[in-house]
Amino acid sequence: MKEEIIVSGRMNPKIDPVLHVWGWEIPIYLFLGGLVAGILFFAAFMYLRGKEDAYAAAVKKAPLFTPIFLGLGLFALFLDLTHKPYFWRLYTTIKLESPMSWGAWTLMIVMPLALFWGFSYVREVYPQIDFRVSWLQKLESFFQSKRREMAWVLIFMSVILGIYTGILLSAFNARPLWNTSILGPLFLVSGLSAGAALIMMLSKDRAERKLFSQIDLALIGIELFLIIHMFMGFMASTEVQIEAAQLFLGGAYTLPFWILVVILGMALPAVLEIWELRGHHIPAYIPALLILFGSLCLRFIITYAGQASRYLY
Amino acid sequence: MRYAMAIDTKKCVGCSDCVVACQTENNVPVGYCRDWIVEVTDGTYPQLELEIRSERCNHCDNSPCVRCCPTGASHYDEGGIVLVDHDMCIGCAACIASCPYDARFTHPDGYVDKCTFCFHRVKKGQQPACVEVCPTKCMYFGDLDDPDSEVSVMLKKRKYKTLVPEAGTKPQVYYLI
Amino acid sequence: MKASRRDFIKISSLGMGGALVSGALFNFTKGSILSDTFQASDSFTRTPTYCEVCFWKCAGWVYKNDQGDIWKIIGNDDDPHCNGRFCPRGTGGVGMYYDEDRLKTPLIRREIGGKQVYEEATWEEALDHIALNLKKVIDKHGPECMALFTHGSGGKFFGDFLKALGSNNITAPSFAQCRGPREVAFLATFGEIISSPERIDIRDTRCLVLIGSHLGENMHNGQVQEMSDAIDKGASIITVDPRYSTAASKSNFWMPIKPATDMALLLAWMNVIINEGWYDKEYVEKYTYGFEQLKAHVQSFTPEWAYGITSLEPEQIRATAKEMADAAPAVIIHPGRHVTWYGDDTQRLRAVAILNALLGSWGRRGGYYNPEKIALPSWPHPPYPEPKRTWRDANPGKYNLAIEVVSNGVCDATIPSPDRDCNFKAWIVNGTNLITTLPDQKKTLEAIQNLEFMVVIDTMPMEITGYADVALPECTYLERYDYARNSEHREPNIALRMPATEPKYNTKPDWWIVKQLAKRMGVEDYFSWNDIEELLDWQFRQVGTSLEEMKRIGVKKFPRKYDDLYFHEGQDVYFNTNTGKIELYSTDLLAEGFDPMPVYTAHEEPPNGFYRLNYGRAPMHTFSRTSNNPLLHDLMDENNLWVNPRVGREWGLHNGQEVWLENQDGALSTFPVKVRLTERIRFDSVYMVHGFGHNNKQLTRTHGRGASDTEMITNVKTDPIMGGTGMRSNFVTFRVENPHKEEVTS
Ligand SMILES: Nc1nc2c(c(=O)[nH]1)N[C@H]1C(S)=C(S)[C@@H](COP(=O)(O)OP(=O)(O)OC[C@H]3O[C@@H](n4cnc5c(=O)[nH]c(N)nc54)[C@H](O)[C@@H]3O)O[C@H]1N2
Ligand SMILES: Nc1nc2c(c(=O)[nH]1)N[C@H]1C(S)=C(S)[C@@H](COP(=O)(O)OP(=O)(O)OC[C@H]3O[C@@H](n4cnc5c(=O)[nH]c(N)nc54)[C@H](O)[C@@H]3O)O[C@H]1N2
Ligand code: SF4
Ligand code: SF4
Ligand code: SF4
Ligand code: SF4
Ligand code: SF4
Ligand SMILES: [Mo]
Repeated sequence: MKEEIIVSGRMNPKIDPVLHVWGWEIPIYLFLGGLVAGILFFAAFMYLRGKEDAYAAAVKKAPLFTPIFLGLGLFALFLDLTHKPYFWRLYTTIKLESPMSWGAWTLMIVMPLALFWGFSYVREVYPQIDFRVSWLQKLESFFQSKRREMAWVLIFMSVILGIYTGILLSAFNARPLWNTSILGPLFLVSGLSAGAALIMMLSKDRAERKLFSQIDLALIGIELFLIIHMFMGFMASTEVQIEAAQLFLGGAYTLPFWILVVILGMALPAVLEIWELRGHHIPAYIPALLILFGSLCLRFIITYAGQASRYLY
Repeated sequence: MRYAMAIDTKKCVGCSDCVVACQTENNVPVGYCRDWIVEVTDGTYPQLELEIRSERCNHCDNSPCVRCCPTGASHYDEGGIVLVDHDMCIGCAACIASCPYDARFTHPDGYVDKCTFCFHRVKKGQQPACVEVCPTKCMYFGDLDDPDSEVSVMLKKRKYKTLVPEAGTKPQVYYLI
Repeated sequence: MKASRRDFIKISSLGMGGALVSGALFNFTKGSILSDTFQASDSFTRTPTYCEVCFWKCAGWVYKNDQGDIWKIIGNDDDPHCNGRFCPRGTGGVGMYYDEDRLKTPLIRREIGGKQVYEEATWEEALDHIALNLKKVIDKHGPECMALFTHGSGGKFFGDFLKALGSNNITAPSFAQCRGPREVAFLATFGEIISSPERIDIRDTRCLVLIGSHLGENMHNGQVQEMSDAIDKGASIITVDPRYSTAASKSNFWMPIKPATDMALLLAWMNVIINEGWYDKEYVEKYTYGFEQLKAHVQSFTPEWAYGITSLEPEQIRATAKEMADAAPAVIIHPGRHVTWYGDDTQRLRAVAILNALLGSWGRRGGYYNPEKIALPSWPHPPYPEPKRTWRDANPGKYNLAIEVVSNGVCDATIPSPDRDCNFKAWIVNGTNLITTLPDQKKTLEAIQNLEFMVVIDTMPMEITGYADVALPECTYLERYDYARNSEHREPNIALRMPATEPKYNTKPDWWIVKQLAKRMGVEDYFSWNDIEELLDWQFRQVGTSLEEMKRIGVKKFPRKYDDLYFHEGQDVYFNTNTGKIELYSTDLLAEGFDPMPVYTAHEEPPNGFYRLNYGRAPMHTFSRTSNNPLLHDLMDENNLWVNPRVGREWGLHNGQEVWLENQDGALSTFPVKVRLTERIRFDSVYMVHGFGHNNKQLTRTHGRGASDTEMITNVKTDPIMGGTGMRSNFVTFRVENPHKEEVTS
């Protein structure tokens, strides 16, 4: 028998017996970041394809939520900080090696873009709003004239944002479960799928709903493929990663992961959507909510389980 | 200058004196610690082996904690010592998650803390508190760039290993085996 | 339940209001013991002390920070006990001062409304009360009916006090529960005792043999340090221990002996060493008595014979005998310290002494050196009255070879019995937690119930304080002066302990308490110094130093008077035994009717389903005294029960599972203990660290943490030679359900 124990009673809060420095704040932050990335990606993409009016929910309506989501996400991140008065230090340096740093800067860029994008559409969505002051109107027409430029930047930044939500974790080689290059694409795809789901929910247009339903279906397929790939990667890797994967293959996170994420969050909505595409009537919000829920759970579970995986002891 | 520590597992008895000494010297709050003792028992009675290690931040040459710190609070200081500048730390815990050795923790005052190699003492030419107190004198601290320093000599004389070398961190705490 | 004379009182009962608890306490829950603004700095002040966390008494410096708070304790470089390095307990000694659970003010037992409670008292009231009651006992029964139990430095003043009153029943658990058998055995063999610190030259040894001495867990500082030096110098270490101890893991040879069979191994070693001619012939010839008898005696004790008993391979027994002989005379068969194991302990230690003699290690470099200490005169006082009776009269015919007062003898003689014409009526207990220290708790409690008066002086609300009639809070060693440490070593030396800070709460040092009591009892003539500074300065001046100098240096070494650290080549040596020689064959033991040479007797074996209770030390704790220390508690907050995985499987136990213990006599542990499955323990034993399982709620940190080994030690094998309490013949089994729940419902 091999026995490896800490005998001096190290019990550093949030470090022992397993790491748990990150609670609900980080997964929420990652989820909202991914969701925003997904929405903005589709908005910019559809805009550039000239489908601004065909897919109004994607281009005009859903983006209105993104500044709020981003704000909430940033607030969650802020809550997570333990040395809050020094928050501003994030913006006194740019450290390209630090995902936290470029993530903060990415948000810094995406946030105003999302605001401006939404601002340029808000009166289209809510015609009752009236900009009384002339400079607001001027500003509005300015942004309306810059939508193309913004869309290009947004498409680029939203992909970065989406990948960032995965890279933030996968950059930590110290946590074997996070230490996989698949986490970036996986979180990106999961974010896109969440974005698509939200658009689907907001859309009043059948064609749009159908398109996004199809997109979602494809994304879920990719996600499942990535997940299988991720596990195969683990199993072919070092002992610590095999051990880490065990968390999902019989270990503590097995049930939550397979039931909440894979079955409820992916398989079930996929089935429902196929059903729907075949002509049965399923209210759009059901698969959409399931997908959003699954995407959220994925963040939670990967964040928590990753902290439980380690090199030593 | 490259500060490093070598710890002789053949002599360490796991008494934890290094842990208490660190606690009093550095005013580490009760309930927290910057160093700790690990015992690894291998085999079946009576064919047994026991390795005892006093562990702490490895002041890695290639340290993920410095890399991932968004503010630069975690940095390399003189002689490669990895330090946290309290007033730059936002407490994001990224560095904690990045350390394969779980060597860091959040101080109750909010910033992230860990072993400093007792930089405040080393600057004055003293030994780190843990090294100074160890009853078995099994810890050696000094400059690897100086071939005559105790650490250099011990590393030349003895076989050694580092912890989790596969993490690629290039730890600077060596275990003599 | 019958109301007893002395109910256990959970100290806080009366009036212990917020007033005492609030104030300048440090906030442990939040973290630091020192204030937040604290920064390590150079602007410190330091004062000398010697450590009171165990009996090694290392000398060191207490540092304070900018705010004047005690910050850290660091060893004194000039101190031969510690060489500038404290052990973890000494380093964590700061926590003793900061422990917010400390005894804070004198307490007097009162009966109010049929309930016994403690009332907070002023020192005046408490001291008056004590003087009154002690006088009563003296008047009624004579001063000889008082006994002092003490362990640690402050007790010396109470010792003086007792002698002044006319009693010399001063006893410490360090004899009959600890090193007594070895002192008696070495005295019988070499005419000298081992004493403390042990006179062993580990530093220069080439072979160190540890028989159940678990150095490294037993943190007696100088020995641990020197063992490490010896490892550096390539010395070989042989460890005989049924458990894979830390020392065993550092050893060239680990001998996983079956518990309770060491005597067979020792005899087999003698057999090999004598028959192979590996003994030091010149030395044996010149210095020893009884070699031929010994040679004849050990003939049948072959390694093959021992194998059947000890389960150690004959080859290993031979190889280790050779290893020792090759190193001789720089070899140490370690005399052990806590050696009260199986009741034949004096004989076992005799075997150890004899082996050392055969290998010629006594008086040789790398073996046993001859320590020296200086004569530090006592303050002049009138001669002490001659006691009319002593503890021996209370135990007629027993333990004649004991050289110190046998604590359990006093305890026994406190319980009235028809064949005893007199018992002890009053106890003063200073710095020993008898409830956890003496085996057979029931007997200890029965003795206490039979007392007319008991005073306990302690720093913490330990179990024993709950039975006192008066409990006095002593300040910790960091807040007081004591007698100087004057111990023997390679070089004579003395060390000063002075207060680093004012006593916290309403606590006082022993010297002050004793002086006050002496006044009240009319024996102040024996304490005619004004205060302890005067006393110490006077003493220091007699040996060429002063209090002023000692405050500066902390430790003073003196040159040896005699150049006899080791024997000289061919030197004639007179040994203080009946024959003037090292007695391989003991005339003293023979005269008392005991075996003159050690013999093997089989000891009790665990019944089916039971496991031998093995216990020992953890490096970061001292007995029961440190488990509530915030710093040391942090390192180890409870003891575990070591269980071999094979046994674990049989019982379906898993790591961390809580079990209660039940011993062969049906005694149940009050608290559960967590199982630690480990290969380091044999399948026939379980192991736990002594000093946990406190059941006084006032010890807020440690209460109910882990289990008490003492509760499981009801079968005591008393050593007929010197009264030592053999404690290792107890067997336990596991209870996975809480057995106390059943009691409540039924
Ligand atoms: N079951 C079991 N029993 C044992 C042992 C064992 O291993 N297992 N070991 C035996 C051995 S080897 C020994 S030496 C004895 C030790 O026995 P003890 O010396 O009785 O050991 P402790 O339990 O530490 O109790 C010391 C008491 O002194 C108090 N104290 C500490 N400092 C001071 C001070 O400065 N002033 C005063 N007045 N009080 C102070 C503590 O609070 C505590 O109540 O125990 C023996 N008994
Ligand atoms: N950290 C720390 N150090 C201490 C103390 C402390 O409280 N804490 N107390 C000090 C004091 S006063 C004393 S007396 C010493 C006591 O320390 P020692 O004299 O070293 O210890 P013991 O308690 O006699 O022995 C414990 C060891 O004996 C082994 N053992 C048990 N049964 C047998 C057996 O039948 N045969 C053999 N060969 N071995 C056996 C156990 O497995 C264990 O390793 O420690 C001193 N040092
Ligand atoms: S103080 Fe020394 S011997 Fe003790 S645990 Fe630390 S390194 Fe090991
Ligand atoms: S041990 Fe951990 S905290 Fe220390 S330098 Fe290496 S990665 Fe950073
Ligand atoms: S917690 Fe502080 S030191 Fe660690 S990465 Fe964040 S800012 Fe840097
Ligand atoms: S070097 Fe200093 S800070 Fe680091 S563990 Fe040792 S005592 Fe603590
Ligand atoms: S050995 Fe440790 S506890 Fe004992 S006196 Fe020395 S420093 Fe204090
Ligand atoms: Mo002892």
